[in-house]
Amino acid sequence: MKNQSLSEFQIALGNFKKNRWALLSVYIIFILYVGAILADFLSPYSYKNEDRKFSYCPPTKIHFLKEGKLSWPFIYGVQLTFDEYHKRVYKINEKENYPLHLFSRGDEYKFLGIIPGRLHLIGTSQPARFYLLGADSRGRDLFSRILYGARVSLSIGLIGVLISFAIGLIVGGMAGYYGGVVDNILMRLCEMFMMIPGFYLLLALRSAVSDKFSSLQVYFAIIIILSFISWASLARIIRGMCLSLKEREYVLAAKAIGLTDFKIIVRHILPHTLSYSIFALMLSVPGYIIGESALSLIGLGIQDPYASWGNLLSDAMSIVRIKFAPWILWPAFFIFLTVVCFNVVGDCLRDCLDPLLKSEKKIS
Amino acid sequence: MAFLLRNFQKSNLPMWSYILKRILIAIPLILAMALLTFLLMRLSPGNFLDTIRMDPQISQETIERYQKLYQLDKGPFEQYLHWIKNLLHCEFGYSFYYNVPVSRIIGARLFNTFILSFASFLLTWFVALPLGIWAALNRNRWIDQCIQFFSYVFLSLPSFFLAMILLYWASQLGVLPLGGMHSPNYDQMNFLGRTWDLLKHLVIPTLALSIGSIAWLQKIMRGNMLEILGQQYILSARAKGLPENQVIYRHALRNAINPLITLLGYEFSGLLSGAALIEIICSWPGLGSLMLTAVRSKDIYLVMASMLMGGILFILGNLLADLLLAKVDPRIRYEGR
Repeated sequence: MKNQSLSEFQIALGNFKKNRWALLSVYIIFILYVGAILADFLSPYSYKNEDRKFSYCPPTKIHFLKEGKLSWPFIYGVQLTFDEYHKRVYKINEKENYPLHLFSRGDEYKFLGIIPGRLHLIGTSQPARFYLLGADSRGRDLFSRILYGARVSLSIGLIGVLISFAIGLIVGGMAGYYGGVVDNILMRLCEMFMMIPGFYLLLALRSAVSDKFSSLQVYFAIIIILSFISWASLARIIRGMCLSLKEREYVLAAKAIGLTDFKIIVRHILPHTLSYSIFALMLSVPGYIIGESALSLIGLGIQDPYASWGNLLSDAMSIVRIKFAPWILWPAFFIFLTVVCFNVVGDCLRDCLDPLLKSEKKIS
Repeated sequence: MAFLLRNFQKSNLPMWSYILKRILIAIPLILAMALLTFLLMRLSPGNFLDTIRMDPQISQETIERYQKLYQLDKGPFEQYLHWIKNLLHCEFGYSFYYNVPVSRIIGARLFNTFILSFASFLLTWFVALPLGIWAALNRNRWIDQCIQFFSYVFLSLPSFFLAMILLYWASQLGVLPLGGMHSPNYDQMNFLGRTWDLLKHLVIPTLALSIGSIAWLQKIMRGNMLEILGQQYILSARAKGLPENQVIYRHALRNAINPLITLLGYEFSGLLSGAALIEIICSWPGLGSLMLTAVRSKDIYLVMASMLMGGILFILGNLLADLLLAKVDPRIRYEGR
């Protein structure tokens, strides 16, 4: 039938699409995630590729005009010198001129960990270095490191949120459904977790994790720790919703058929909490990204040589460095952009799904 | 005297029982937190003595003496009992890193964190409330849209990024001190000089902490005001002929602020935790930076004491919030029986 009535979700989605800012944010998030996945290809250099001759090199200017005529983009070579205050000055040498190559052969990588490749989107010929956003202390390209860092920061946001939501939904669902002693115990547990100041717990848990862990293990440990400190508030709210949802007739019908408690919770009650869960999920991702950045910033998170946005910012903790190399603040801009986008999407989802929530409450 | 007694007996009994109940609940929570802290430290591999063992100059006997002194050779359960017993005597153990009893460092650092949190709290509430009210009264005009836009931006800005930017600007302007709490010549200043010095050092950390909270609180205040201003009794107050500022400040504002009172307590307890990262970046000598040093040097007693302090203050903040709520909202008092 052509004129089928739309479900409430579809109406909400339609409303969502009408909001320009929300759509823009979704596109930006999508671009960031694609950039993270294709980091190997999109970045001119590997995250490890260092060249100490270009330490703290400012961003390279791309020139399009050669002797007044439009030409293929090129860059000039730079030479490191020191001025009379022993400050680094990069003198541009206009005699050396290096055109940019598209789809050039560069550092080796393994796409998705299995497919080896050497293709990079942009590159130049040696010995020039193309620094889109400048270089860090070891001459590593900041733009490449930001792309590789996006992998860590964005994935921690996503995976951490999913884990804490799984825990929160199950605990909240059980507490709300069973009520009584189970509810009491679980809620006291939640309160205990909410009582401890988050950052302190983060530090303490991180110190409990062994120093001898490999980077991958530290990565998973951080995800688990971040989920650990954040599941409690969600569990409380889900429990409140389940307390009212379990009085509905279809739950009684399901019990009469003989469905097990677990199936009732998972298949019948929890889906109705979805409208709250989705936007709460979106609104908590920024917390995880900032949490991981904060940990890496103080040196307890992802370590060198691996990149994460927080890790890259630990360089920026010194004011002297910011003054003479302000481009090292670029990772913070990316963090900010991601957080703004997730906040906008979350807010818009909440506004769209609000009537859904209200109707849930009315029927009960 | 009789008047006071009468008041106490008549209407405050439900409230006192509510307060007592909340305090009683807080105690097992504190014990649970102590247990959690202890477990975390036990989980942490290696202890302070490992670094000393590496040093060839220190003999085996000294190491063993340290072990006996700090009970590091006994089992975990005995260590825990010993620690709890000491806690009740307000003895938090010994810091290996600083070589002083923990209680000496914690006191000063706690006070510093408290100064920062309090300053941030004052700034937040004294700026956000008027801003929110003003935004509500000028709804959707350009000034309101401006405020909302900046609120959104500052809400999403990570506070540590803001601290870095503020430090950078301060270094450009050269007026404010860049981190730390005291200038080098602090001891030679008189009282007025010291206060001024403290205020100058407070500016950047307080701003970095407060701006996010101002954005958030302003939004809530504006939302509350708008909701109240749409109510019937405001309409009737206006119809009665009350002057506009009486309608707003005597009727609307009082009701709009009510829900925010609970936020007051919760925000205070949240501030202590949020201040930790800013303290580290701005080199403010508070509980947060102490915790970080302790974690890095595996100074067990210091970590446990800091975390316990942080947790206790958090619980106290929540208690304060509950008490304020009980005072402001009569329904809670009678339900709390």
